[in-house]
Amino acid sequence: MKRAGFDNIWLPVALLLPQLMIIAIFFYWPAGWALQSSFFLQDPFGFGSTYVGAENYTSLLGNDQYKRIAWFTVVFSVLVTFFSLAIALLLAVKADKVLRGARTYRTLLMWVYAIAPPVAGFLGILFFDQSTGPLTKFFQMFGWDFKLGVDYNATATAMVIVAVWKQIPVNFIFFLSGLQSIPRSVREAAMIDNRSATGRFWQVTFPLLAPTAFFLLIINITYALFDTFGIIDALMKGEPGNNPMTLVYKVYIDGFRGNDLGGSSAQSVVLMALVLILTVFQFRLLERRIHYT
Amino acid sequence: MAQVSLEGIRKVYPNGYNAVETTSFNIRDGEFVVLVGPSGCGKSTLLRMIAGLEDITEGVLKIGDRVVNDVDPADRDIAMVFQNYALYPHMTVRKNIGYGLKNRGIPASEIDAKVQDAAKMLNLTEYLDRKPAQLSGGQRQRVAMGRAVVRDPALFLFDEPLSNLDAKLRNQMRIEIKALQRRLGTTAVYVTHDQVEAMTMADRIIVLNAGRIEQIGTPSEIYHNPASTFVASFMGAPPMNLIDAQVDQGQVRINGYNRVMPAPAAHSGPVTMGIRPEDVTLNADGDIRFHVDILEELGAHRLLHGAIADQPFTVMVNKDHAADIGETGISLKPDALRLFDMETGQKL
Amino acid sequence: MADTTLETPAVIPHRRKIRWGTVGDHAVLILGSLLMILPPLLALTTASHDAVTIHREGLQLTLGDDLGKNFHAAMFEKGGFTQTVDGMLMLMNSFILGVGFAVGKIVISMMAAYAIVYFRLRFATLAFWIIFTTLLLPLEVRILPSYEAIQKLGLTNTYTGLIVPLIASATGTFFFRQFFMSVPEELAEAARIDGAGPWKFFVDILVPLSQTMIAAIFIIMFVFGWNQYLWPTLITTDESFFTLVRGIKQIVLSYTDSQIPEHGQALALAIVAMIPPVVIVVFFQNWFVKGLTESDK
Repeated sequence: MKRAGFDNIWLPVALLLPQLMIIAIFFYWPAGWALQSSFFLQDPFGFGSTYVGAENYTSLLGNDQYKRIAWFTVVFSVLVTFFSLAIALLLAVKADKVLRGARTYRTLLMWVYAIAPPVAGFLGILFFDQSTGPLTKFFQMFGWDFKLGVDYNATATAMVIVAVWKQIPVNFIFFLSGLQSIPRSVREAAMIDNRSATGRFWQVTFPLLAPTAFFLLIINITYALFDTFGIIDALMKGEPGNNPMTLVYKVYIDGFRGNDLGGSSAQSVVLMALVLILTVFQFRLLERRIHYT
Repeated sequence: MAQVSLEGIRKVYPNGYNAVETTSFNIRDGEFVVLVGPSGCGKSTLLRMIAGLEDITEGVLKIGDRVVNDVDPADRDIAMVFQNYALYPHMTVRKNIGYGLKNRGIPASEIDAKVQDAAKMLNLTEYLDRKPAQLSGGQRQRVAMGRAVVRDPALFLFDEPLSNLDAKLRNQMRIEIKALQRRLGTTAVYVTHDQVEAMTMADRIIVLNAGRIEQIGTPSEIYHNPASTFVASFMGAPPMNLIDAQVDQGQVRINGYNRVMPAPAAHSGPVTMGIRPEDVTLNADGDIRFHVDILEELGAHRLLHGAIADQPFTVMVNKDHAADIGETGISLKPDALRLFDMETGQKL
Repeated sequence: MADTTLETPAVIPHRRKIRWGTVGDHAVLILGSLLMILPPLLALTTASHDAVTIHREGLQLTLGDDLGKNFHAAMFEKGGFTQTVDGMLMLMNSFILGVGFAVGKIVISMMAAYAIVYFRLRFATLAFWIIFTTLLLPLEVRILPSYEAIQKLGLTNTYTGLIVPLIASATGTFFFRQFFMSVPEELAEAARIDGAGPWKFFVDILVPLSQTMIAAIFIIMFVFGWNQYLWPTLITTDESFFTLVRGIKQIVLSYTDSQIPEHGQALALAIVAMIPPVVIVVFFQNWFVKGLTESDK
């Protein structure tokens, strides 16, 4: 709030009203409703529902399929986060270093940001096509009978590769801007203090980039959890079958295909809790960021 | 400790910009040399070439007896203090000061002892475990100094190290840096755009303008015998008065006046005549008439700004000397007159 | 002038050595650029071939003869993937979603941010927290109840139902709040002395001052809206409301279904779905990068 605030009463209320109304109708009402219905069991024929307490949750946590999906989600998130961050960091460090063509490289490395996840998934289908896909042939060279949509590991691999590809631009943009905000003189001081370029990177540049990296860690986990929906949906070509899926996809399948309202709501609530934990974690890190400046 | 020699050093940037024209000079062992000039004159580029942060387009650079053109900055046995200090924000003061030593493979116990010594010398002992963000501007400046001192280098490089401090602290640090350099006897190259810093700290000053050296000399030489109108107006506050005059048969005459004075140089025709404001005295009967427009009170002195023969002119008088706005006569100290070529601005 | 030797010295020209480190840097960057460019580029070249070739041989490295034909069919012929709409209508729907979402978000969040930052309100802090809690839960998490809400309001298969729920998050408000906080305090004070009321200050000073920020946010939000997939998939079952990205599902299904082997058209439509956001991001990349990196700090 500003020191020189205006004292008007009705204007700010009028200004806030549209946002508050939209949030109330499309955020708080649905979120509360999800919380509530996670304690009810929906009649399969649509005749009302019964209060079942925490049963939806307990059956969820006892469900082997759910556990398997949760485990896949963890592995998927870790792989996507690690590889997209590592590749993007390498590219950002190089792009920050070169003088010639720096702008062209930046454009070429970031433009994929604008491609929608399901479109990226569709490109994945072309590359992992069972009979003609170049990447399918690549994996077959190593004796892996790669069958997208049929073989669990093949589908999972394709999902990770496409998800990493789609996320590199965001990480690249943030790493590059992080690198560029390190004062030139600090790097020059390091050049006088340390002759090894590798040493300088790990002892000076990387620690100064750590706040950006922590921040991106959260962004990437959130991405892997939620924004990969389109990629996953495209790559399994609408047939869940035996295919790997993430927790969010499971919410969608159970809620819209299986009509298991209570179970799906309970899953939503579990995800909400997960996001809350991530956010608290993020705020802790944000506090740490401030210490450097 | 070492002498530094620049032989035909030149810097052209890839975009074709000539930052430093072909330049040669020597810095003696233990000497404190200040590079001074307006922004964009090439002084920082010159310093950064000595540091190895900037490629040398042409010429030979020696530190001690060694040609260092292609030597890595870390291997030049130098230390540098940056304008914004360039402290490592994620390291404590202790680690900041010791980082360069650590990378040279010096044992931890020795590093610790050296860091302690340096901290003591700079009154930083109680701040050793703080991070740069927890220090004041002056303390950060000291840490940057400590980082330079602890390496015991052959050469100190300073890139406008005081320009981020307030006026009072700047005066204090100026004296401290100079005293420290005296005590250690380390050769130093110091870049500044502040002519007061240059005058007070330097053993020798190098005045740069537009990528070329205007003059090299002791502060006194630079002040009393400026080599060009550029040096005359850049060094000294207030700057030297420069007015149009004529030289004829060994006599100089200010345009618009009949009064002649012996010319300090053999020449004939129009010249630019220079005189320092303190070399002018008020003299009610003087036949050079001075119109005072503004009176500036400086405590110890007064500055009278005005014009003679419609050319801007400033006179400095002692605080005891009465002065007022209006017209008065002045007389010039004859041996303080300097003459410059009207076209080139070079001293005659 | 004694010391300033300006005569020609012993010249050592700078040696033009090949720096292998720099060569390596460029090699890595070129490899990375190829990795990002090749997949969409191959999709484009492949889209220029006829369906049979694509079906039999997959991705094509060279340009074929059917590029115009495939794009024309994808954009102007009904049928194929969806029975009732052509590509043009989907393109229009995508623009409505992208622009509608971006404009709606900017207007609503700027107003809210202005109210929060510049007014002494007793419940300003409360409003702040009510709004910023929404940052915690992305739409994907509460997708099912949100869908139910839209259904109860009878907003399925409407542009309102498509756009407004997506606006129900605080990203824009948060961004404008950060920006307004960085505007010097003296500006509002000066405006008051000049006799400007709160509304005049907003319209005459704050909005013009925010132009770059608005542009940056618009680009990010347009791309975000254009690329929405899950929400449109649920909300629009009527094909005349399909966006291009929503239509990808149909493309994917048709691509895997050998009954409709219009692969060239499918690829053409996927490429059309990429072009507008890509063009905007590439042409306004400075604003876009600034908006992205500053909004999240």
